[in-house]
Amino acid sequence: MITFQIDNHTVQAKAGWTVLETARHYGFEIPTLCHHEAVTPSGACRLCMVELRDGDWSKLVASCIYPVAEGINVHTDTERIRNVRRWILEMLLSECPASKQIQDLAARYGLKQTRFAIENPDEECMLCGLCTRVCEEVVGLAAISTVDRGVHKKVGAPFLRPTEVCVACGCCVTICPTNAMQSRIDAVRRVPATAVTAPTSK
Amino acid sequence: MFNESTAVNLENRRLTSHAQLNELRDHILASRDPDRLEVVVCHGTGCFANGSPKVVEALKSALDEKGVDAKVMPGIKATGCHGFCSRGPLVIVKPHGYFYQKVAPKDAEEIVEQTLIEGKPVERLLYKDPKTGDPILTEEEIPFYNLQERVVLHNIGKIDPTDITDTIAAGGYQALAKAISTMTPEQVVAEIEKSKLRGRGGAGFPTGRKWRSALAAIEKKGRPVYVVVNGDEGDPGAFMDRTIMEGDPHAVLEGLILGAYALGAEHGYLYVRSEYPLAIRHLEIAMAQARELGLLGENILDSGFSFDARINRGAGAFVCGESTALFTSIEGKPGNPRPKYVRSVEEGLWGRPTVLNNVETWANVPLIIDKGADWYTGVGVSHSTGTKVFSLVGKVNNVGLVEVPMGIPLDKIIEEIGGGVPGGQPFKAVQTGGPSGGCIPYSLKDTPVDFDSLTEVGSMMGSGGMIVMDDRDCVVDVGRYFLRFLEEESCGKCIPCRLGLIRMRGILDDFSAGKGTQQDIEDLMSLSQAIQDGALCALGTSAPNPVLTTLRYFKDEYIAHIEAHKCPAGVCKDLITYTIDPDKCTGCRSCARQCPQGCIRGEKKKPHVIDTEQCIRCGICMETCKFDAVYVE
Amino acid sequence: MTTQEASIDEILERYPGSPEYLIFLLQDVQKSYGYISPDSMQLICDRTGVPESQVYSVATFYQSFRLEPQGEHDIKVCLGTACHLKGGQRIMDELKRRLQVEPGETTPDMKFTYTSVNCVGACALAPVVVIDDEYYPSTTVKKLEKQIKALSQD
Ligand SMILES: Cc1cc2nc3c(=O)[nH]c(=O)nc-3n(C[C@H](O)[C@H](O)[C@H](O)COP(=O)(O)O)c2cc1C
Ligand code: SF4
Ligand code: SF4
Ligand code: SF4
Ligand code: FES
Ligand code: FES
Ligand code: FES
Repeated sequence: MITFQIDNHTVQAKAGWTVLETARHYGFEIPTLCHHEAVTPSGACRLCMVELRDGDWSKLVASCIYPVAEGINVHTDTERIRNVRRWILEMLLSECPASKQIQDLAARYGLKQTRFAIENPDEECMLCGLCTRVCEEVVGLAAISTVDRGVHKKVGAPFLRPTEVCVACGCCVTICPTNAMQSRIDAVRRVPATAVTAPTSK
Repeated sequence: MFNESTAVNLENRRLTSHAQLNELRDHILASRDPDRLEVVVCHGTGCFANGSPKVVEALKSALDEKGVDAKVMPGIKATGCHGFCSRGPLVIVKPHGYFYQKVAPKDAEEIVEQTLIEGKPVERLLYKDPKTGDPILTEEEIPFYNLQERVVLHNIGKIDPTDITDTIAAGGYQALAKAISTMTPEQVVAEIEKSKLRGRGGAGFPTGRKWRSALAAIEKKGRPVYVVVNGDEGDPGAFMDRTIMEGDPHAVLEGLILGAYALGAEHGYLYVRSEYPLAIRHLEIAMAQARELGLLGENILDSGFSFDARINRGAGAFVCGESTALFTSIEGKPGNPRPKYVRSVEEGLWGRPTVLNNVETWANVPLIIDKGADWYTGVGVSHSTGTKVFSLVGKVNNVGLVEVPMGIPLDKIIEEIGGGVPGGQPFKAVQTGGPSGGCIPYSLKDTPVDFDSLTEVGSMMGSGGMIVMDDRDCVVDVGRYFLRFLEEESCGKCIPCRLGLIRMRGILDDFSAGKGTQQDIEDLMSLSQAIQDGALCALGTSAPNPVLTTLRYFKDEYIAHIEAHKCPAGVCKDLITYTIDPDKCTGCRSCARQCPQGCIRGEKKKPHVIDTEQCIRCGICMETCKFDAVYVE
Repeated sequence: MTTQEASIDEILERYPGSPEYLIFLLQDVQKSYGYISPDSMQLICDRTGVPESQVYSVATFYQSFRLEPQGEHDIKVCLGTACHLKGGQRIMDELKRRLQVEPGETTPDMKFTYTSVNCVGACALAPVVVIDDEYYPSTTVKKLEKQIKALSQD
């Protein structure tokens, strides 16, 4: 067992656990967007940042991937953390303004609007990458992937055209933390000419 | 290439001991006449682009025409970059050492007649001392060179990089042969630790400590372990690693083999930027020749130690210079960085212990093993030992590649080696560390150039880009430039970097359009903090640096944009006007012909006028005018 | 067409059929054909065993890959730091005005494709333009105009 501190409480974790797992086990609240038990963590959304402190030294790490270690001193809600979360949410409010989940989360940090211009009012996807990971790791098909890089990054099927590789299992729709995949699935799945009905997940 | 000095046949010359390497070296040296005439023509990228191949052609046909007899028939040697690229194409005639600059094909005849046949210098082509105007005969006497300390670059410009016999004659592979025959792997690691060598790729991490942790990881996880060269050189405006790979590929290779020996690696990778085809070719040739001689591959020098390596060409992604992205790219995937809470010496390429070092770092390794750590720590300063190669570019007279001992004052590099800013005024700032670094203002010109001092003033060593800016360079524009660069190069995986950089740039865009507010400056600082704290990899966490350092040292200039709606440097298009000075304008009409808007009017031979309503402020008129009549405010 | 087919087979045979050679294959195909067509991408998937979506992900992540046929002449304008300070953007703007297409696009007559690059390692000669792999040092709008005219005519 590994013993350490979260918000000045002593906690214990098994070797190999992450800080997030431990924190949730003990009921500490840490917001996440790109994390799901079913797939490998990727550390993309950076909402789950926590602060490690040791005397004057301090550093922010992503709790969903940070492995627990003996004696570390973790804080889950400091000014530095709130600054990161607020900016992420403020930027997401303009990036995927249609997402109810993002709006709710932002409201919890006192954000109702964003200083940034909204370009695409219907966008919901914030590129957490859960859909592509579930398709590859759980379904085993990798029908979709991320396309392009940087600000142009998006999720889609090859050549951004519907693909027969997709079996319409719906896993991506289920795992999507916003509603984005629901409205995208038709752009992903091509029903083979011979198929009568597509199989559905239960 | 066209090196006629290869009198030594390498076929079936597999070397099986240090003694045999020495024999071969003696044999090569004996077959060469030190007094033989030789024309060295720089074929580095700069000189090549300026026409050095045409100079060689012209030299050859001049030699043919003159019917030069065999005794004075020179060898012609193509080398890598000599560093003084702004003076290219460079030609050096040996044994005299005459140093000719800006040589054109039409100069070939004179070089052949005067220098090769009569042994006299062509005065017209010599470098002139900028202060006295006196011609200088040889490279060693030119201030640009004699203030440098060329350790890593010692071979470059002297050897033909495509001919291993040149390298061997110059002492190449001595360190490897010495290590294999007289040192244990542990002793090699210890020597590197003792040298206090720090990584030249950016962060300045102690190389010996990295290798030591890799040994610890191997202890835990076993082998295989991999050694990797980072030749991605992404810093835009820097070409140190390119020059080393092109001009002395064996130095990198020998370093890598030594690292492999120290760690017990059997396999290595060289990840080289795709924009550097010549570097790739020279490395390939070097590897083939080293294999031929038994210096690479199975059973090196008959010691039982085997190691081979392969080149991976980059495919155009700056982020792949970052260690974890580089590994994912070698694995054949998109170069998205991985979180580094487990260090890559433990879990790197294919999840195995891996040592990644920069090109220049690897090239230092043979020097340390050959001459010893004590010699090495005698160069530079105590926490930053050795030398560093910089690419000195921007508003400086002697643009090129310079190598200096660590700890030298910044001013000495810019003013004495670089010859200062054209026009003679003091520089405004020097940008070091590329997109992750910062701007150092003139007031800090005495800052010693070493890892820790540069970090202290808010910049960083980075890989060695050094960009000199003068009062026509705007800090807001430079900030926008680096942000745009990084925003295009961000892998897009994590939100602070993918969305944060473009938003920061948006705020700067407003500044350059005269639309910013004080609140924007505060937002810029707090958003920077969020990106530094929140981004996944160092591309993101270091991205706010250029903006933060300029805010620290040039806040007035930001304020001028916001409050006075002025760009003091005359760069931000929305805040400037181009005007023609009637006293200087000769009415030559050059600008009017080039202006894409056709908004410059006036009669021939009379002063012209710009219609500022229609002007799109492209600046073409200013670039075109030969009389400096166009000015900007 | 058959000769081209043969040569893609030859390319596929150059490396063992495993995912680590994906980028090598994409590079070699692009070198021979100028771009990577959907058909050759499919063949690369089959050869390396990498799902098509992931090959597409790689091909769109790296800047050097082209998924559409390119113009006869390839113009690269350096916008590295040294070239930026010496007016690289001016050259870029001028090209846009002249060719009337966006960076990365090809002119309708399939003559020119132009893009920006970040430092080609010849910073001493800034601003640098690379046309069909040949470097043009200290480029001005005027010199560029001459080059383009010359290339448009052949
Ligand atoms: C975005 C990014 C780009 C980088 N690019 C390079 C590069 O082009 N060349 C390089 O040697 N190191 C680069 N680095 C640093 C490497 O990650 C790594 O620290 C270095 O190669 C280690 O070698 P060294 O210890 O010999 O410096 C980069 C780092 C980051 C975060
Ligand atoms: S579609 Fe949903 S699951 Fe997929 S990346 Fe976007 S937000 Fe995440
Ligand atoms: S910081 Fe930028 S480059 Fe690094 S992982 Fe995040 S998005 Fe990618
Ligand atoms: S800046 Fe450009 S548009 Fe304006 S006058 Fe000069 S050439 Fe014409
Ligand atoms: S939940 Fe940890 S980074 Fe997204
Ligand atoms: S290329 Fe010749 S001196 Fe740099
Ligand atoms: S910045 Fe253009 S060549 Fe380096």
